[in-house]
Amino acid sequence: MTDLSAARWLFGSSLAFHILFAAVGVAMPLLMVLAEWWARRTGSAVHLELARRWAKGTAILFAVGAVSGTVISFELGLLWPRFMAFAGPLVGMPFSLEGFAFFAEAIFLGIYLYGWERVSPRLHLASGAVVAASGALSAFFVTLANAWMNHPAGFDLVLGRPTALRPLDAMFPPGWAHEVVHVLLSSYAATGLAVAGIHAWFLRRSPGHPFHRAALAIALAVGGTASLLQPLSGDLSAREVAVNQPVKLAAMEGQFATRTHAPLHLGGLPDVATRTVPWSLEIPSGLSLLAFHDPAAEVRGLDAFPRSSWPDPLKVHLAFQVMVGAGTAIAALALAALALAVRRRALPVHPRFLLAVALAGPLGFVALEAGWLVTEWGRQPFTIWGVMRTADAVTPVAHLSAPFWIFIVLYLFLAATTALLLWRQILHAPPPPAEEGRP
Amino acid sequence: MSPATLLAGVILAALVFYALFAGADFGGGIWDLLATGPRRQAQRELVERAIGPIWEANHVWLILVVVLLFTGFPAAFAAVTTTLFVPLTALLLGIVLRGAAFTFRTYDEPRDAVQARWGLLFSGSSVIAPLLLGASVGALASGRLRVAPDGTPLSPPGAWLGAFPAAVGIFASALFAFLAAVYLTVEARGALQEDFRRRALLSGAAVFVAAAAAALLSWSDAPLVFHGLTGRPWSLPLHAATAAAALTAFGALWVRRFRLARLAAAAQVALIVLGWGASQYPYLVVPDVTLAAAAPRATLVPLLWALAAGALTLFPSLWLLFRVFKGRRAGPGARL
Repeated sequence: MTDLSAARWLFGSSLAFHILFAAVGVAMPLLMVLAEWWARRTGSAVHLELARRWAKGTAILFAVGAVSGTVISFELGLLWPRFMAFAGPLVGMPFSLEGFAFFAEAIFLGIYLYGWERVSPRLHLASGAVVAASGALSAFFVTLANAWMNHPAGFDLVLGRPTALRPLDAMFPPGWAHEVVHVLLSSYAATGLAVAGIHAWFLRRSPGHPFHRAALAIALAVGGTASLLQPLSGDLSAREVAVNQPVKLAAMEGQFATRTHAPLHLGGLPDVATRTVPWSLEIPSGLSLLAFHDPAAEVRGLDAFPRSSWPDPLKVHLAFQVMVGAGTAIAALALAALALAVRRRALPVHPRFLLAVALAGPLGFVALEAGWLVTEWGRQPFTIWGVMRTADAVTPVAHLSAPFWIFIVLYLFLAATTALLLWRQILHAPPPPAEEGRP
Repeated sequence: MSPATLLAGVILAALVFYALFAGADFGGGIWDLLATGPRRQAQRELVERAIGPIWEANHVWLILVVVLLFTGFPAAFAAVTTTLFVPLTALLLGIVLRGAAFTFRTYDEPRDAVQARWGLLFSGSSVIAPLLLGASVGALASGRLRVAPDGTPLSPPGAWLGAFPAAVGIFASALFAFLAAVYLTVEARGALQEDFRRRALLSGAAVFVAAAAAALLSWSDAPLVFHGLTGRPWSLPLHAATAAAALTAFGALWVRRFRLARLAAAAQVALIVLGWGASQYPYLVVPDVTLAAAAPRATLVPLLWALAAGALTLFPSLWLLFRVFKGRRAGPGARL
């Protein structure tokens, strides 16, 4: 393993690990606050118990997210000091503002988790709302920094160095709005679906259980809504990528040749040697239609760019197919849930529907991780697109495979422990109240 | 005052807050490890109650320091992360294990042997993290870390190891343990309060010994800091104020005026961190990176405004947090 690949594997596994907890940190407080709000509004003891249990889960997941996020902030310098020396003054603004959002999250989560008996119900609920809002704000700011890496802006490049810095332009680079919306929706969709999946599983074992019914209703409402909106956001994002990051789009779609009436490749394994996509299903003019809403539009293929600045189309295309496949599946499930709920005017609890929700539980996170891989692999070989190559950003420090293996062991340990603890929470928790109506 | 100096002041202030709040959380972990006597379990529970609601917020000061450093002083950040690669990576492991193990212990049920192991992991990493943090600061100040103008490290990966960094690491651990013990005297009652009063006095003495050792070593091992600590016009008043705070803390502990002791100990720690920063001025990494290697004005000025706006949301929120959990009326017994 070279030091460059060790650095990439270490940073990649750190982010892959952290974004799971970051996404939960964005969405879980919303679920928790909705449960408490409903409890305060209606006096439902079931919803109050639900808010308390969800808060415990949030506490564990948020803590792991906080410490794994600290790893990221240090690793930016430990692994990519040259990238940070270049980019720090440009992307520092969103990172600094994210720091304050993170402060608000941590402060009000402390009040929320430990303040059930110490602060008034109104302040308690408001604290939860601040946690939910600042979690979304954190994701907003951090995604801005990623959008800048994909489409650097706000400076002039003179002899390889940034000059005439315009940090506010750098904060809102082209395409920022699409990426931010896509990331936020993915957090709500993935977390909502995963939580709904867990409660659907328990509801199958004890049908009609009010606690799991209440949980399923809230999680499905949040996750389902986001899952339904996500394809629209994805369409906007793809059109933005087609204009602003054409080489990434070409890699995502396995499009080697520049042409009009470009076909859409469903599945398949892009082959750089033959410049074809064997095993794929071709939809004529599909890509032109999707990317530019015009079947005759010209799509720039990988051949429009020097070979040395191609991402690996095999990896990017596969990740993209996984993201779209998983995203489509949960959107279809959300649509089915909506149709069933409207027809029955109640929460759908048919055993087969519950099984589908339980099985689809992990798909949101699969789509989220795959989507992150699309944007990161799709930007290679650059870390700042068109400006700095990943190979030029890496630290001169040697023997990076040592920290890589140490952190891999750490992440496996943390993941296993978190899963075990959430499981023990569910097993050892006292049985929830059986009837509604008590305050 | 130039924007770069102002930003360096903000970073130093954030480090003061980190030491005052997160430092005491690490110190709490040290007392968890060193819990002894018939009230061992009660001591551990007090530590857990004291830091549970606040440690995550306190931890964010460090994130803020990192972010402000790479935004405002990118060359210094690159120099720090490359020359201190080994201790910072180890520090990260300590920070991750401390936070995760603390949370796992809090939420793990039932209270069995597994849970006790979380406690050991939490307290063990609470000891290691301040040692490494202090050693990193000591190495930065000592002048043993060298970087080329383009940021390439010139010193070997083990250059941070040395007597002075080790002394600063031990000093930081003693200081955090002292701070935590003093804070805990305010939150404890009865015999438990006496336990922590004794611990505060003992660790206060350890702080004194470690400070003397670090100061002596700095004469040969960190000449620039030694000069900064002794030869500047503000040196004497600063040392006098620090000594006065330390003596007040000791005296107040002796006569059991614990709130006064808490105030004095906090002032002492704040003055120590400020003294370190001032003695190192204008160097960020002695002797190769100074404040002159700051980001352009176009970055610094909006950043300072953003910090001012952020402070307007941060300080009222912090005030609320500490009023709820540390205020006069906040008794023990928060239910999770």
